[in-house]
Amino acid sequence: MNRVITTTAAVLGLTTLLQPFTSAVADYELSGKLGFEQRIFINDSRYEHQLENTQASVFIEPEFYWEWGGGNDSVTFKPYYRQDEFDDERSHFDIRELSYVHASDSWELRAGIRKEFWGVTEFQHLVDVINQTDSVEDIDGEDKLGQLMLNLSLVRDWGIVDLYLLPGFRERTFGDENSRLRGPLVVDNNNITYESSEEDKHLDVAVRWSQTVGSFDLGAYWFHGTNREPVLTPVFEGDTVVLNQYYNQMDQFGFDAQATLGDWLWKFETIFRSTHEDDFWATQAGFEYTFIGVLDSNVDVGLLAEYGWDSRGDDDETAIGVATQNDLFLGGRIAFNDMQSTEVLFGLGSDLDHSAFSFLIEANRRIGENFKVSLDVRFFQSSDPSDPLYSIREDDLMQLGVEYYF
Amino acid sequence: MFIKRNLTALVATLALSFGSQSAISESVNAQEAEAMGLKISIEAKNRDTGWLDNTSNMQMILRNKQGQESIREIKTKTLELLDDGDKSLTIFDKPRDVKGTSFLSFSHTVGNDDQWLYLPALKRVKRISSRNKSGPFMGSEFSFEDLSSFEIPKYSYKYLGDETVNGLDSFKIEQYPVDENSGYTRRIAWIDKAEYRVLKVDFYDRKDSLLKTLAYNDYKQYLNKFWRADHALMTNHQNGKSTELRWTNYAFKTGLQDADFNRNTLKRAR
Repeated sequence: MNRVITTTAAVLGLTTLLQPFTSAVADYELSGKLGFEQRIFINDSRYEHQLENTQASVFIEPEFYWEWGGGNDSVTFKPYYRQDEFDDERSHFDIRELSYVHASDSWELRAGIRKEFWGVTEFQHLVDVINQTDSVEDIDGEDKLGQLMLNLSLVRDWGIVDLYLLPGFRERTFGDENSRLRGPLVVDNNNITYESSEEDKHLDVAVRWSQTVGSFDLGAYWFHGTNREPVLTPVFEGDTVVLNQYYNQMDQFGFDAQATLGDWLWKFETIFRSTHEDDFWATQAGFEYTFIGVLDSNVDVGLLAEYGWDSRGDDDETAIGVATQNDLFLGGRIAFNDMQSTEVLFGLGSDLDHSAFSFLIEANRRIGENFKVSLDVRFFQSSDPSDPLYSIREDDLMQLGVEYYF
Repeated sequence: MFIKRNLTALVATLALSFGSQSAISESVNAQEAEAMGLKISIEAKNRDTGWLDNTSNMQMILRNKQGQESIREIKTKTLELLDDGDKSLTIFDKPRDVKGTSFLSFSHTVGNDDQWLYLPALKRVKRISSRNKSGPFMGSEFSFEDLSSFEIPKYSYKYLGDETVNGLDSFKIEQYPVDENSGYTRRIAWIDKAEYRVLKVDFYDRKDSLLKTLAYNDYKQYLNKFWRADHALMTNHQNGKSTELRWTNYAFKTGLQDADFNRNTLKRAR
């Protein structure tokens, strides 16, 4: 906890130091956020060395922005740092963004460390493949590490074409033996192996087309390079068994579509991935329906349903590793549309092959002009050792967050 | 000319049978009132056509019954389209937690608008449903439809008479939304006769009770033609809340093009 306080003091000092520059240069802007997070695990830890029931952390994510040429040229720098009370792997630094963008009428060149999101669904992000997952942040897969890239974006009548050169690969972040939300075996963050002899220096490439046709938003891509998802293999390291990370090469074709029809949003994502080890298809599809202004109030209620399927699940139902092979997701989104922008999101994921459920609530609300508070609740339930959720079934947690925006 | 036609119609009505004379006279008057309402609205729209594009900064001050305030700051860029509704890009600056969020809208004179939202934390562009016309914009007393561009086919009209607003001789026009998703049964707008500027609007909810009043103030003329208010106040009579709007940095004919309104510009909008 002391380290957390020291870090908070340090980052507060840093933002104060940087403050005078904000007003000094006209085309320079500093913004960002500073956060405190308290996790409470309801049950005792299941595995040796895991942290106990509470875990606090602080983080800072400033964004420095410079622009010139009437906004056609810009540089963005967004470093990120989290200091965790117990978990040394979760205490980490990353450059989320350090990039230059030049925009012309029909094209844009983006160079540097960036983040790119593809896709339309809510419960799983199948087609989103450019950035590595920063999985120590959260288990929802929405936090990403910055990726070095050269991206040329061409705007044509028939759509936007994005060409990517992706030099350098980021390994997925994994917790260590202290971490909660892990399985019985710890992932080894050192002896990492690759299929490519260039290892993490392999130059990946991708091309994506996206277009809006009436009520439909469509996207399709091909990605060639290092698979962002490691193959984890148990190996002996001295006396203990750890999971070794192996990154193979993949070719992936992806397609995503959303139909926006009145109060209905229909969403569809599919990928075909080909690696040396196997080829497979996976799909995530569903809808979101919104009731506007329920019971004569300003409150909007959205209902979400999505289904996830993976062809690998059909081959062997007892295989561990494919988390979403025949899974149903149901959820709700309540937007109060009040002055504090209060929102509540809840969801239930259920594996239809194995006995496994996960349940989440995410609620947040603005306090005053610059603060936001959030409460996240996650429950995991499984009695089937062949489901990935089984290994974290004791990690039900509540998480309280306070964020300050500047 | 309008009055002349009106008189002709009346004379024609009088020449008809005695029994239904007053009923017919009323219905013809109603038709004339509709025609006049439409004519005034078309004139107002015509006078505000030809600005090509505009940019401005807008501050919203939300006040609740207790007088507590909350500030929103947004920038807008709009491209005027003559054959359809306008294209616009809205960029949020305050509150700070939504800074960098931007909103792209292709409005249509008929049917639903196309709308996309960019969420900077996830770097995600989301196509969103535009059906929520009656919902509040950022928790304010303005709904999405209150802030959308005025297009003739969105309403049917009725001229109710003349009244003086802020010392200006004005037309009083009733507007009935065509869209069934509108939050209103009707609006009453006061438009000044000299310059055809909207001075005041009363909004009637779905139960036809007076819900809100919007008053525009401090009109300034740009490029010797286009009038824009520096200030507007929306008062909600039912919940006691209000939202004040202050505009600054109005600019017209800045050279915006169609290419400035797509997914790419949405993502880097500042």
